This record gives sequence, structure tokens and C-alpha cells, in this order.
Amino acid sequence: MTNIIGKSVKRVEDKRFITGKGRYTDDIVLPGMLHAQIIRSHYAHAKILNIDTSEAEVMEGVIAIFTGKDIAEAGINGVPCGWQVDFKNGDTMKEPPHPLLVADKTRYMGDSVAVVIAQSKALAKDAAEMVKIDYEPLEAVVHAEEAVEEGAPLVHEDVPNNISFDWELGDREKTNQAMAQADHITTLEFVNQRLIPNAIEPRSAIGDYDSANDKYTLYTSSQNPHLIRLLMCAFVLGIPEHKVRVVSPDVGGGFGSKIFHYTEEALMTWCSRQIGKPVKWTAERSESFMTDCHGRDHVTKAQMGFDKEGNMVGLRVKTFANLGAYLSTFGPCVPTYLHGTLLQGLYTTPAIHVDVTGVFTHTTPVDAYRGAGRPEATYLLERLIDKAALEMDIDPAALRFKNFIPPFDGVNQPGYQTQVALQYDSGNYEPVLRRAMDMVGYQELRQEQAQGRENGKLLGIGISTYIEACGIAPSAVVGALGARAGLYESAQVRVQPTGKVSVYVGSHSHGQGHETTFAQIVADKFGIAMEDVEIIHGDSESVAFGMGTYGSRSLAVGGSAIMKGIEKVIEKGAKIAAHKLEASEDDLQFEDGKWTVKGTDKSISFGDVALTAYVPHNYPEGLEPGMDFASFYDPANFTYPFGAHIAVVEVDTETGKVDLKKFVACDDVGNVINPMIVDGQIHGGLVQGIGQALFEGAIYDESGQLINGSYMDYTMPRADDLPSFETDRTVTPCPHNPLGVKGAGEAGTIGATPAVVNAVTDALTPFGIKDLEMPVTPEKVWKAIHNNP
Amino acid sequence: MGSLIHLKVNGQSQSHEVEPRLLLAYYLREVLNLTGTHIGCDTSNCGACVVLVNGKAVKSCTMLAVQADGLEITTIEGLANDNELHPIQEGFKEQHGLQCGFCTPGMIMTAAQLLARNPDPTEDQIREALDGNYCRCTGYHNIVKAIQYASEKVKKEVFHD
Repeated sequence: MTNIIGKSVKRVEDKRFITGKGRYTDDIVLPGMLHAQIIRSHYAHAKILNIDTSEAEVMEGVIAIFTGKDIAEAGINGVPCGWQVDFKNGDTMKEPPHPLLVADKTRYMGDSVAVVIAQSKALAKDAAEMVKIDYEPLEAVVHAEEAVEEGAPLVHEDVPNNISFDWELGDREKTNQAMAQADHITTLEFVNQRLIPNAIEPRSAIGDYDSANDKYTLYTSSQNPHLIRLLMCAFVLGIPEHKVRVVSPDVGGGFGSKIFHYTEEALMTWCSRQIGKPVKWTAERSESFMTDCHGRDHVTKAQMGFDKEGNMVGLRVKTFANLGAYLSTFGPCVPTYLHGTLLQGLYTTPAIHVDVTGVFTHTTPVDAYRGAGRPEATYLLERLIDKAALEMDIDPAALRFKNFIPPFDGVNQPGYQTQVALQYDSGNYEPVLRRAMDMVGYQELRQEQAQGRENGKLLGIGISTYIEACGIAPSAVVGALGARAGLYESAQVRVQPTGKVSVYVGSHSHGQGHETTFAQIVADKFGIAMEDVEIIHGDSESVAFGMGTYGSRSLAVGGSAIMKGIEKVIEKGAKIAAHKLEASEDDLQFEDGKWTVKGTDKSISFGDVALTAYVPHNYPEGLEPGMDFASFYDPANFTYPFGAHIAVVEVDTETGKVDLKKFVACDDVGNVINPMIVDGQIHGGLVQGIGQALFEGAIYDESGQLINGSYMDYTMPRADDLPSFETDRTVTPCPHNPLGVKGAGEAGTIGATPAVVNAVTDALTPFGIKDLEMPVTPEKVWKAIHNNP
Repeated sequence: MGSLIHLKVNGQSQSHEVEPRLLLAYYLREVLNLTGTHIGCDTSNCGACVVLVNGKAVKSCTMLAVQADGLEITTIEGLANDNELHPIQEGFKEQHGLQCGFCTPGMIMTAAQLLARNPDPTEDQIREALDGNYCRCTGYHNIVKAIQYASEKVKKEVFHD
């Protein structure tokens, strides 16, 4: 079916989900399956003095209990970190082990201490309650800037000052000089608060060891099955990779939190081997709160310098990044290469320096959460600009227009080289902001705001413009930056003898709609019906390899891998068609699902060519039969989507409540395959960004207790907290990938947070309020209003 | 030690001996293998487990299986006949009201009660009705549109009848 790229095709995966036939990990029941309950530390920091399992062991239905001692004695390694960020002086990153079950000490509330395996979940839980553990509670430290102080409690004895690494990027000297000469400096000190991702499907893992074939299967709610297999086999359990199958079936949301290799995956695999039966673990929500990797948690001081005309002349940033108790898979990469490198934003700032210290604390490990580093960078820039605009009495939109990088398409003009390592692929920033301002009615709103202020009505208008980096690559570059994996993607395009097509992709869909978007590409390029295309993902047994789905990479990197396979099929098909049509390949064109001899009505269909490839009776000499191509695509560069978001809020002075009245977003994600799906990604992203601005934030007390670790206490946006959204797009194609696409998964989250906070501070300008800490709760707003004259 | 319960689930009579502490959500998932009812939290906040109990939307994790004795339950699997879609299911597909699909059954069952009580809800009424259901993917925007679609469709059908 040609010309379906760019159409809002309804999703092919929907039927199973709307009829209750989705198959998530916890839905899987295997014969003889047992159930695990993990006993977790309720202390953030404690010595384990003794574990007494005797009473629990003899309880009904209990099969086995393992502790950290068993894991240590079995010689099992901890889960590894996948990204190395060394110290400025060249010293190696401090990377203490993260054991599957701790034997000596617990280092955060939720650390795994023992596992009880029983015939049912309820029996496992009953028995877990009877395991007696003697702890000696120790002093804990939960804030990064406190953890680096002399005398702070150490998370790991061999990591001085709790510092895993320190890192810098940009030109310190040049930036200091620029700042010294600046006519105006705006300073912002803030916490980009810790968020808890909260995919609605709790994590789940089933280990299944088959002794007859010495083969393991792990079912896991992961965004990243192949990398989990590689890490678990090579680094944790030391079992041969070809003996392990990892399946990620339907996965109920990830947002980053299901990228990483978690201890429970290796633990269930190992337990199944010990017992000889399948073992399932599914998190309760309270476990999800404690043990799904958290996001953000930066403490930052940033300064932006301007000249008299309002041109940005320098940016200086110091961040303490809380890494939690252990290094998660991509933990060190997020505050460094996904944050520092984005500080150019869409602006021409000629001198930038960023300094980041990665710090261990007695808290849940921190890793990528939707946006991962880029929301932190964008929040920093966009809040600085709005504060500067207020201080310099310039309209915040005008200040942005003044400093935008001029348009470049990456073809006729080169990419834009930033001060912080990246080279942007293509960009045209003014139109997205102009469009967003038109959509929201910016000038009229400013008038309404002025009139409202006379009557005590507090209207706020908040702008945010953002750029992000998606599909991080190429492998050689990320390798040089510390990645311990390549960041390419694989796809296998298998044309069946009847012309139907199965495509095996290494990216993983957990809501993104790959089964539709990818099928659109294949159907469009082959000129066949969507129904004739099937997308297979999430099983290491059928999909050769993959690097998973995160960082808005699936289409830009994975879609490009599919395109390579499509090109190979068309190229081979042309040889077969030329033979059958007795024409030269040069005289053929492939269009609408058939090869035609140019200028004639002689043609052969895609299906006939496929059949010929598998029944090669009348076939080109020397050409291999079959039509099945595996491709790997390693991009030339990241992709750089961008956009402008505007939030309109009204603040109630009596209650401090912020009412989000309107939100418009104009995003540029390059070419679009399915506008309906892209809009859906933007909507969902916006709400997670709005969630950070107004509602969400993990709260630890001084002893390291996560005190809002449930849905009763951790506030997430609900339907009645939100308006409907208005979205639009401009299109600036990516110049370096075959589809011209850039990625849309994180855009909403990155742009929305500062737009909302800018809107609230804008509303509160009459009170002299320039800044508010997130989340901007009614309590904070009320206090700010009433503590100010 | 178990209690014998008799109930109707999706029109079929069921009798099972269950532990008194077994929640209805687990009974549906683990005893009847109706895994379309999802469990997303342990505090009755997320709404992924909403089913209809005698026509009323109930979070099936707030109710013991023994309390369902003698009652009629409809789960997402029983909302429409095989190979047919209920107008709400159709709305979710047409309006892209789902992404990962995990919250979807609970959303659909909640919407079923809303439209049964108020066939023509405003956007605010829809948003208010979804107050007990979390979605982390869609930002609710298209869920609202999906329910509006279903409302329109049902109105048209009623009109044509």
C-alpha cells in the first residue's frame, strides 16, 4: 500500500489490549511455577547482623530461601554499569558492586536482603514475614551535596566522599572570561527534584531453567531484552549467551525505568536453576516505588551572562547529581553526556562550561527517566532565560528570538557545532516559537494578563523552547564517551514465499506503537497491504540482536535499520525481476508493488518476485535463493528534535492552587510516519513534564525513609488535573537518516516542565516572586505569596 | 479452610473454594485466568483492576472474592461478544486512547459505568469520572476523546433504533 507514510493509521496492536488479551509478564503462567517474595531492607543504611530463616523454612509451601551469603558463596557478581565516566584527573570511575542480594550491609531502603520461594505468592509472603533479620541501623545520607562533605556517612567504604566521578565539559577559562565581561548575570540555584517513573505495570520477572536442554528462559518486563541477556550472561551469572532466551512480552509502560538490568532478573534466573522450576516475581507497587530506578535529582547552580543588548555571552553550571546507592546501567551517562551536552539549547551562547559531580547516597539508584538529562538541561536554560528576561525587563519571547541559532538544514548549510561537543543535525527554531505564540494568542494573553492584574486575577504565561538529542550514536563516538555498548539497531526483513513480510526488530514497543509505525514503512515501501506485514519484537530467540527502546531512538535508529533491509530486498528483487522480464535492471523501476520495464506495460509483482526467490526454477545464474536480510544500522549522528511549548495558568491567591488553563505545543520531530501516534507521544510526554512541575517528587527523610512511596502519597497527574492540549508541528527533516525522522518520545516531557514553572512565576510577578521550587504545590505558592509584601 | 463461592463472571456460572483473604482481582486473574484485569498498585489508587460488579464499576482489589458470592461480574473480556467491539473499545482504538494498554481495561470499564449513568457527558464530567484511574502514557487527552466517541456512537445508535 503506497503513500501510507504520514497517515494516521489506527494501531494494529490495539485489539488485544482493548479486549483484555494483552500478554504481560505477570499474565504468564508456566507449569509448576513457583513464586518469589523478596525481603527488602526497611533501613536505608544498616549492618546485617544475622538472618534466621529456620521458622520460615518449615512453613507450608516454602521451597527455598536464599540470602546474600548464598549468592556470595555461589560466586555471583553484581549487576554491572553500562557507562563509564572517569574523574577529571583521569582516575577511573568508582563502581562498587551491586549484588543480587546484599550480605553485609543495606545501602538504601528497598535493598534486597533475601528471597523466599514458595508455591504461591501468598505463602511466599507469609514466610517472608517469619524470616528474622537483625539489623544495626547506621546513619544515612540522602542529599548529594551533603554526601560529599567531610565526615558524611559513606555508602561504600572504598568510595571517599561518596564521589563516583567528577566531570566537566566546555571551556572553563573562556567561560569565566565571558562572565567577567558580562553586563548582566542571572543566577539560579535550584533542585531538579527526584521523580519516580511509575509505569502502571509493576516490574515482573520469571526465570525458567530447562535442565533437559540446559537452557534458560527469562521473561521480563523490559524495554531492552537483548542487552539484559548480554549483561546477565556475561557479567552476572557467567552462563553462555546462546543458552539463554530473554523474552519481553507486552510491557505496560517503561519511561526509562525498564531499560536497566535489574537484580531481580538475574536472581529469578539463578533461583530457577537452583530449584529446577520456573520462579516468578512481580513487584508490588510499594516495591516499584523503592526499587524502580528513579530519575533527575540534580542540585544545580547556574549562571547566564548577557551583554547590554540581551545577547547571551556565557553559561556556567555546577551540578551535584545524586546517583543513589549503586550505579544503575546508564546512571553515570544521564547527568553528564545527556545533560551537559545539551546546555547550548537553541541559542548561540559562545562560551559554556559545565561541571558535574556524581554522588552516591543511601537512596534508590537514579537512572534515565523520560528525557534523561535533557529535561534537566532544558529546565536550567529556560528558567534562567525567563528570570533574566524579568531582571532585564525584556519580553521572554523576544529574549529567545534574539538568541536563537539561525536556521541550518544540515545539507546546504553545515550542522551547528555547539560549545559542548555536539553537532546539531538540522534546525529552524524561530518558526516553532512563532507558531506556538499564534496558537496560544500570546499578545492577547499579555493584554488579558495586564487587565487581570488590575482586578487581582493572576494569569501566567510560560514559554519554553527546547532542543533534545535522540538516538544517541554512532557507536564509535559513544564508545569514546564511556558507553560499554554500541548504540546501533538491528532489523531483519524476511519476505515470505507468498510475498507476506515478517520484520524482526531489535527495538521494543511498550506503548509506542511500533507494530503500526514500522508496518506502515514496510507496506509503503513495498507497495503491499499493512495486513501483509508483521512486526516481531521482544524475544531474543526470534530477533537476532537489539539495543532496545529508549532515548526516542526506535524510529530514527531502528526504523533506519528496517530501511536498510527494505533496500536490500528491492535490490535483490530487481535482479529477479530483470531476469523474469528479460530486461536490464537499469530499465526497471519499482513502484506500487511491482517492477515495471520503463515505458512499457511489462511488469512483475512483489509477490511473484518473492515466490520466484523461494522457487528458483527460472532464476538468475549465481544468485542465492531466498529473500531474507538482516541489517544493522549505526547512525552518523544523534538527531535533534526541538520545539516550543506555552503554558497558561491561573493562580488562586487564596489557596495557592495553580490551574493549568491551556497548554500548546509546537514540536519539530522531523518527518512523521504516523501523526496520530506522534501526537499521542507528545500528549503523554507533556503530562509527565507537567507532573514534575506541579505534582511529583520523591521525599526522603534524613534517615533515608522514602516517605511518599505509594500512590496514596506520591501525587501523579490525574485526568481532572489537566486540560486537553493543542499540538502542531513544523517539519525540519533529519539530514542523516533515510526516513528524515528525529524521534518524539521525550519531547513533551522535556519542554513542558519549564513552560509550566515559567507560567507560575510569571503569574506571581506582582508579588516580586522570581523563583519557586518544584513541584509547585499550592502550599509553596501560598507561602510564597503570603511571605512576600 | 476455603469458602465456597458461586458467582457469574461474564455470563458464566463459576463455583470455587477460595481462601477468605483472596482478593477478587486475584481470583479473576489466577483462578479464572482472566488476565485482562490488571493489578497496578496495592492501595486501590490506580484503577487498572476495575470491573463491573452487578453493573457498578468496582476496583476488584478492594473487594474479597468471597464478597462476590452470588454477584454478577463483567470483566474486560466479557464487555463485548467475541470478534465484536463495544463502542467504548472501538472509541479507544479510533481515538488512540491507549498506548501500553495496561490501564486500558480499567479505563474502559470505568467509562462503561459513566456512559450507563450519563450517556452524554461533558469533557469535565469525563475527566471527573476518570479520577480514580491512572494512565501514565496518554496524558488522558485521547482517553477523553475515546469516551466522547463512544458517547456519540451510542447516541446515534439509540437514535436509529
